Amino acid sequence: MKLAYWMYAGPAHIGTLRVASSFKNVHAIMHAPLGDDYFNVMRSMLERERNFTPVTTSVVDRNVLARGSQEKVVDNITRKDAEERPDLIVLTPTCTSSILQEDLHNFVERAQLEAKGDVMLADVNHYRFNELQAADRTLQQIVQYYIEKARKKGELPEGKTEKPSVNIIGSSTLGFHNQHDCTELKRLMADLGIEVNTVIPEGASVHQLKKMPRAWFNLVPYRELGLMAARYLEEQFGTPYVDITPMGVVETARCIRKIQQVINAQGADADYEEYINEQTLYVSQAAWFSRSIDCQNLTGKKAVVFGDNTHAAAMTKILAREMGIHVVWAGTYCKYDADWFREQVSEYCDEVLITEDHGAIGDAIARVEPSAIFGTQMERHVGKRLDIPCGVIAAPIHIQNFPIGYKPFMGYEGTNQIADLVYNSFTLGMEDHLLEIFGGHDTKEVITKGISADSDLAWAKDAQAELNKIPGFVRGKVKRNTEKFARERNVSVITVEVMYAAKESVGA
Amino acid sequence: MIAQPEALTFECETGNYHTFCPISCVAWLYQKIEDSFFLVIGTKTCGYFLQNAMGVMIFAEPRYAMAELEEGDISAQLNDYEELKRLCLQIKRDRNPSVIVWIGTCTTEIIKMDLEGLAPKLEGEIGIPIVVARANGLDYAFTQGEDTVLAAMATRCPDKAPVAETDKNERNAISKLLNFGKKKEEVVKEESEYVDHPPLVLFGSLPDPVVTQLTLELKKQGIKVSGWLPAKRFTELPTLEEGYYVAGVNPFLSRTATTLMRRRKCKLIGAPFPIGPDGTRAWIEKICSVFGITPKGLDEREAQIWEGLEEYVKLIRGKSVFFMGDNLLEVSLARFLVRCGMTVQEIGIPYMDKRYQAAELALLEKTCQEMGAPLPKIVEKPDNYNQVQRIYELKPDLVITGMAHANPLEARGINTKWSVEFTFAQIHGFTNARDILELVTRPLRRNNNLKDLGWDKLVKEEAKI
Repeated sequence: MKLAYWMYAGPAHIGTLRVASSFKNVHAIMHAPLGDDYFNVMRSMLERERNFTPVTTSVVDRNVLARGSQEKVVDNITRKDAEERPDLIVLTPTCTSSILQEDLHNFVERAQLEAKGDVMLADVNHYRFNELQAADRTLQQIVQYYIEKARKKGELPEGKTEKPSVNIIGSSTLGFHNQHDCTELKRLMADLGIEVNTVIPEGASVHQLKKMPRAWFNLVPYRELGLMAARYLEEQFGTPYVDITPMGVVETARCIRKIQQVINAQGADADYEEYINEQTLYVSQAAWFSRSIDCQNLTGKKAVVFGDNTHAAAMTKILAREMGIHVVWAGTYCKYDADWFREQVSEYCDEVLITEDHGAIGDAIARVEPSAIFGTQMERHVGKRLDIPCGVIAAPIHIQNFPIGYKPFMGYEGTNQIADLVYNSFTLGMEDHLLEIFGGHDTKEVITKGISADSDLAWAKDAQAELNKIPGFVRGKVKRNTEKFARERNVSVITVEVMYAAKESVGA
Repeated sequence: MIAQPEALTFECETGNYHTFCPISCVAWLYQKIEDSFFLVIGTKTCGYFLQNAMGVMIFAEPRYAMAELEEGDISAQLNDYEELKRLCLQIKRDRNPSVIVWIGTCTTEIIKMDLEGLAPKLEGEIGIPIVVARANGLDYAFTQGEDTVLAAMATRCPDKAPVAETDKNERNAISKLLNFGKKKEEVVKEESEYVDHPPLVLFGSLPDPVVTQLTLELKKQGIKVSGWLPAKRFTELPTLEEGYYVAGVNPFLSRTATTLMRRRKCKLIGAPFPIGPDGTRAWIEKICSVFGITPKGLDEREAQIWEGLEEYVKLIRGKSVFFMGDNLLEVSLARFLVRCGMTVQEIGIPYMDKRYQAAELALLEKTCQEMGAPLPKIVEKPDNYNQVQRIYELKPDLVITGMAHANPLEARGINTKWSVEFTFAQIHGFTNARDILELVTRPLRRNNNLKDLGWDKLVKEEAKI
């Protein structure tokens, strides 16, 4: 048992649901108790999704506990199959079904006999994997399923596309700025003259999966999601993959050079040096920004970085290599993939921190007192408490991290966005500091006058106590309204009764 | 035209609906009971839900935590008792609470962890009361979590009132608050403002301002509230002697009511719930009638509140509403909205205790008859998929639903109100009726502002679930 208040990566089934519901016309059925469908709320609220989240629950209740699910799971699958005609139904185990040890495989096989669509069991052990690992596995599993199905039917297409082409693997629902990244990557591929063969899982249909072998190579922009699928395709079809995250000016160039190498090895004749040069010097503003005098002021400023592997590693390199910022420590919560992270960032920071304990992260931040933090929402709150600005660079995230404006982190536009994020975090910190030195905004006094605590009316002790119970941000308003009410009625002492009479009166 | 049913109809569907897990009750209960610590014994799934459902509260050093079960706990390689002892000692050291509440979850049920058996043993060893509540998703929905906690707390209430009057005042948070700063003679004088009646204890967790409001409301009728379950602190739990009267303030407290009657031998006053001015009035009247008191001034009081509500009521009068059902407040809210002139098309509800809610159901029926509104269908354990089909068909003016369905319905041009807000807003008593209508009318007011823009339907394909 572990005492825990906060977790960075969610439980395994969340990963499976993220992948399943990213596909078009794929439905997930969770084998779970009532209330475990919180995923639907997150997707609906965070992504502001217009459509119903294609996830339902085959509810595990007392009866299931006593007698097993029996027909229930099979019925729920066939019902959903008839109602919505999904291409695929993914039966998703949860922590509860993991310990019930029902033969879900058997349910899937039985349901498959009746269902028009495909039915699959997500092969994920709740107690061994977290959200990210489960997402990676589920994506690989779905890809493999449809490749094998097509092979059996003899529907696998022969050969590669005529022009160089790519599968972009790993963009998913509830991923950090994934939709914007995806648009930016497609734009980048178009610039490079590379056709996009498929993008999975976000927005893809499972019918497209059998086309995947036609691509010349696979691009896996996120370390956490897509590598297993890319390795599977490499093993089956010899398709090479590029797993350099194009985040930051240097890494984007490295990614493009790798792509050049991979497609030239297959007979293309690409030379992207000119493009890289043009973008770096004149199109993206990030390289110029790092030379400008603004960025000079950031030289040697201390920062700390924490997040998932992809974003924390990329940010560390950008801060240290491209902006001359002193990264005191960089950390990740992807413990299962810690070696990769160490290898990526060791030369760019003083210390590497691998932990899932937000308390340890908070302490490490307090210890080094950086000028800025780049982390998750949790680090943002630590920053608030310590008065240190924080730029959010990775999940777990809140609704404000799903901006509706175009804000990629990848590609050349991504470098601009990151430069803004970094710069704004530091300047805000400076402003705060200056304000403190010069005694704050001059408007402060004026506001205080408006909500002056002095008044001509007496507050009875009980009413005063009651008033103090009202949350701070509305207390002033309640107080003013009550006093107005009391004045209008010539009440000289405000009691609890007067307070509530004021609230009840029209327009109070 | 469909023939109107003569009485309320009850249906039961598949139970495939969206609601919050009952462990969410820790979110409001840890704030209510100031000296408590809630330990949820479950998995990452439970933790993930709490973390996301509570939003910013999580960052405020809450007095709750997960005891996250690992593979060794599930396969009993680790000893439950030793593990819990280690964590509870850590909590005692860091927070020193007056009570630790263990929330049992689905996992502890399935692996049959004997929390009720372990608690008294550990309690003796570490010297802090441990209350066990099995608020799990196998058995309960959302607000029923509070019911399981309060039912467990009910057995912890002291069973003898202290002899001296002064002691009693010490015990009683409310009277202490009301007597704040008064001299002893004044207190005695104040006692005489009450009618002589057997002690009354109210149950249900409400924000402190609402507790004060309802207590004052009863005081106006000469009724003294001897205590509340729960009180502000665990150490201030009210005395419950055999023969005390109890009354519920929320519709989801049936286990607590049962525990108070069967185990504490209290007498339950079955009344409608004080939600809306009509409900509040009926609640007070019922309590008065049990004590043989003739209520004073309720007519004027209710009329005056309705007058203040008119600007809201005129926005919803004649409109229809559909409750998908997720928090058990549905019947009371529906009854209030019918009184406001709305037509209720369906009342979805997770669980319907017809005995505990009898008075509320009777008032709903009476209200519908008086307002000439059709009697709604009450659907227990609803099926959200079927409900959405019915919503497409009935085209209600307002759907009260959870967050999972709210945005998709809005995108299809259907007004929605997020139901969870009713659980967290102050909705009880005369004073807060306005707040209910503020919530109910918000989507209508917002969409009125946007109505000329032609942006009603914002999905391309035919609506599909």
